[in-house]
Amino acid sequence: MKQVNENILEVKDLETYFFTDEGTSKAVNKVSFSLKKGETLGIVGESGSGKSITSLSLLRLIPSPPGKIVGGNIYFKGEDLLSKTDKQMRSIRGNEISMIFQEPMTSLNPVYSVGEQIAEVIRLHQNLGKKEAWQKAIDMLKLVGIPSPEKRAKQEPHELSGGMRQRVMIAMALACHPEVLIADEPTTALDVTIQAQILELIKNLQKEFGTAVILITHDLGVVYESCDRVAVMYAGKIVEYTTAKELFENPKHPYTIGLLNSLPRLDMDQEELTTIPGTVPSPYNMPKGCSFAPRCAFAKKICEEIVPDLQHIDQSTQVSCWKHTVQWDREFVLHEKVGVE
Amino acid sequence: MLLFIIRRILQTIPVLLGVSLVVFLIMQMVPGDPATLLAGEGATKQTIEMVRHELGLDRPIIYQYFDYVFHAIQGDFGESLRNNRPVLDEIMIRLPITLQLALASILITVVLGMIAGIISATKQYSMADISIMIIALLGISLPSFWFGLMLIYFFSVNLHIFPVAGWGTIQHMILPAITLGAGGAAIVARMTRSSMLEVVRQDYIRTARAKGLKEHIIIYKHGLKNALIPVITVVGLQFGALLGGTVLTESVFAINGLGRLIVDAIRTRDLPMVQGGVLIASVIFVFMNLAVDVLYRYFNKRIDLN
Amino acid sequence: MSITVEEKKVLLSVNQLKQYFPIKGGIFGRTVNHVKAVDDISFDIYQGETLSIVGESGCGKSTTGRAILRLDEPTSGTIQFQEKDLLSLSKKEMRKVRKDLQVIFQDPFASLNPRQTVEQILNEALAIQNVVPKENRKHRIEELLGHVGLRPESMERYPHEFSGGQRQRIGIARALAVEPKLIICDEAVSALDVSIQAQVLNLLKSLQRQFNLTFLFISHDLGVVRHISDRVMVMYLGKVVEIADKKSIFEQPQHPYTRALLSAIPVPNPVQKRERIILTGDVPSPIDPPGGCRFHTRCPFAIDICKSQAPELKISAQNHQVACHIVS
Repeated sequence: MKQVNENILEVKDLETYFFTDEGTSKAVNKVSFSLKKGETLGIVGESGSGKSITSLSLLRLIPSPPGKIVGGNIYFKGEDLLSKTDKQMRSIRGNEISMIFQEPMTSLNPVYSVGEQIAEVIRLHQNLGKKEAWQKAIDMLKLVGIPSPEKRAKQEPHELSGGMRQRVMIAMALACHPEVLIADEPTTALDVTIQAQILELIKNLQKEFGTAVILITHDLGVVYESCDRVAVMYAGKIVEYTTAKELFENPKHPYTIGLLNSLPRLDMDQEELTTIPGTVPSPYNMPKGCSFAPRCAFAKKICEEIVPDLQHIDQSTQVSCWKHTVQWDREFVLHEKVGVE
Repeated sequence: MLLFIIRRILQTIPVLLGVSLVVFLIMQMVPGDPATLLAGEGATKQTIEMVRHELGLDRPIIYQYFDYVFHAIQGDFGESLRNNRPVLDEIMIRLPITLQLALASILITVVLGMIAGIISATKQYSMADISIMIIALLGISLPSFWFGLMLIYFFSVNLHIFPVAGWGTIQHMILPAITLGAGGAAIVARMTRSSMLEVVRQDYIRTARAKGLKEHIIIYKHGLKNALIPVITVVGLQFGALLGGTVLTESVFAINGLGRLIVDAIRTRDLPMVQGGVLIASVIFVFMNLAVDVLYRYFNKRIDLN
Repeated sequence: MSITVEEKKVLLSVNQLKQYFPIKGGIFGRTVNHVKAVDDISFDIYQGETLSIVGESGCGKSTTGRAILRLDEPTSGTIQFQEKDLLSLSKKEMRKVRKDLQVIFQDPFASLNPRQTVEQILNEALAIQNVVPKENRKHRIEELLGHVGLRPESMERYPHEFSGGQRQRIGIARALAVEPKLIICDEAVSALDVSIQAQVLNLLKSLQRQFNLTFLFISHDLGVVRHISDRVMVMYLGKVVEIADKKSIFEQPQHPYTRALLSAIPVPNPVQKRERIILTGDVPSPIDPPGGCRFHTRCPFAIDICKSQAPELKISAQNHQVACHIVS
């Protein structure tokens, strides 16, 4: 079913499960979001939130077994990626949708030169000859700010620093001018000053190529500076989905509030950091109802019984939390109406 | 790289000296007196002493040793006590045969082993994987001489596909090469499998997939070159076992090679022949190791083998 | 946690510490050069305070921590602790001193022996230093687990049965077991999620109050450092560039590197935003550090003297020292 709108990517009720000896883990549990052309969407969460699995699911890179995308749709330019053949997916990867990863140290092949690794993706998708692809690879290296690109192109990854390797990854990902770039924790393993350089680079290239970016991170500061919209994930679900500005000025979901509060502040002293009591539930043993309820200061009975859906509370903000429904103060009425499953 | 090669070659000198010393001393300790053997039955004590003096066996040991090394460097390993022919000449007749056998065996080890290992790794837990691993286990466990005899029995005696013994044509090479190479192939198969399994889980493989490359290019271009690195080491170690294995295989298949020569020389206490044979074999082994180190370094420049 | 001037007693004093790691090369494997990981630094740690060392990878902060503990033998310098120079002690004497000098490592997965139960891990710590007679050890272990917020039943479990945050708590319990005076925290919260990090930082702070501990806190995360430190020392390429009271460093940073570092941190708050100073290029190699001031190759304010002469640490304000030609 073709959908015509300005959303270049539309994810609807995506479900990715992992089937292991310990049970079934609902790593991505009905996740929905969209991405406009040229926009930057941040997906934030801590370990186990499902943000990385979500990003791998978009390109269908989930290791299978034990993982499997069991439900939902991923509409890219109107067509559902989940119904495409392997061959079709391969022509999209690295070409129309690209991905860069967290560990620049290990994400490049150690036995080939960086130039060859970039040229490879160019030859694959753009039908250029060896010489032209190599030249283009050097151009990309120059574009991402690597000095002496002709010399560097012949070097192997271990001869470059972490920051430079990440630039190479970016060059490789953008070489075919994709419309979507998925960046999975691209700066987490880098020093803070290098991080600033890399984020600046991504921003500039994004402007130049008109690429939409999905930025996955656990660093709320990065999200604030680089993203237009943000989706906060917890235990496989999106709990809050809004603009970056709104998220920081007016966070709604108790988890988001807790997360923002536990950040040590750079501008003032705090005697004690507010923490979120308890720990993330095991993905094999999710609580009934809202997965954050056991740790939520506001939880009421309905929270423990029924899973809240992601609902609009205004035009740009969606939250999955009973507290933000009109019926919150009239809980018992809701109970009668909806019934307890 | 060049510096590394020079350094490693310099390091082989003390190794070779050590080997020559060990070989020399062992032969001193083995019971049986070459002078007595050579003088023959019923020889008088005087005759034996004369023979001993002629052979130079009455001089101090250290003197004998340095004399030996001095001559060895020039290529003079003395003469065989059995037929008085120069040791080096006898070795040189047989060495090419052994080298051919060794090469054929390495080919079987590497090619068979790698293919089996790759199939196993890419189809992990399938029937193919399990059967290959079981066969590999058998390959390591079965004694090679028994295996060789079985091969002869089935393929030569019963099916008449290959000749029973001897050397000279490709048909002669096949069964001995399989016998000698099977154990190594099994080890290489297991090594390749585990190395490939590890490589396939690496981040750069995920990157290659994210680029849209076909699966077989990912495995063979991106994965294999990395997976081979530990396999090269194993193959290098196998070469040592191979040299030792030629002894048994050459005996079973009646091949006139270096291994058989050394065994016969030990039996007849042909001291110069044993020393010469073992020393030559050691030199070959040491340089094979050097070649493996260089190859390893080439594939994996991040390793500092200092 | 503030210390008044009269109370300031030096617990550990580092003087002209150097840690050079040899690089071998050439045909005969001679030492051809050195990685100058820590190049002549001096600082004091006062009783009861938390001194943080911050810097990016390769600055030498972890190396400094390891040198103090003699996990790597320093090339030269002295470390005064309890009236002795640690670097002159024999292995036996050093072992005794280790009772008072403990460490918590970064990786909660790698720093605990996977084959030992929590009880065995803590028991070993108690046994080595013999702080508590055998009969009382189990009780002491229960006590320690209570201090770090773990249930007594945890004793019987193995490290892999705990989460990262819980494992760090076990590491803290282990460090506390021998009743140390100084604990070196080497990136102790860096591998933890933000919400767990907050829990562990609160724990460290409360334990410090309870047991009058002194911390040397090594970290690259300035937010965490702001929260937990009394004083902060900034390192770059093996040298100390600035050392001051926490408030001073964060509100009036003086060294260009400190200012760039602080400005580079992405901050989710429009009020806190600083003007960003983006440094060009990568950190130079510690094998061949730039001459003069090591930072001059990336410094937006470098002048001629910076290229030829290394600046000394000089007092620029109260409780504030900087090594920079422009500032002094």
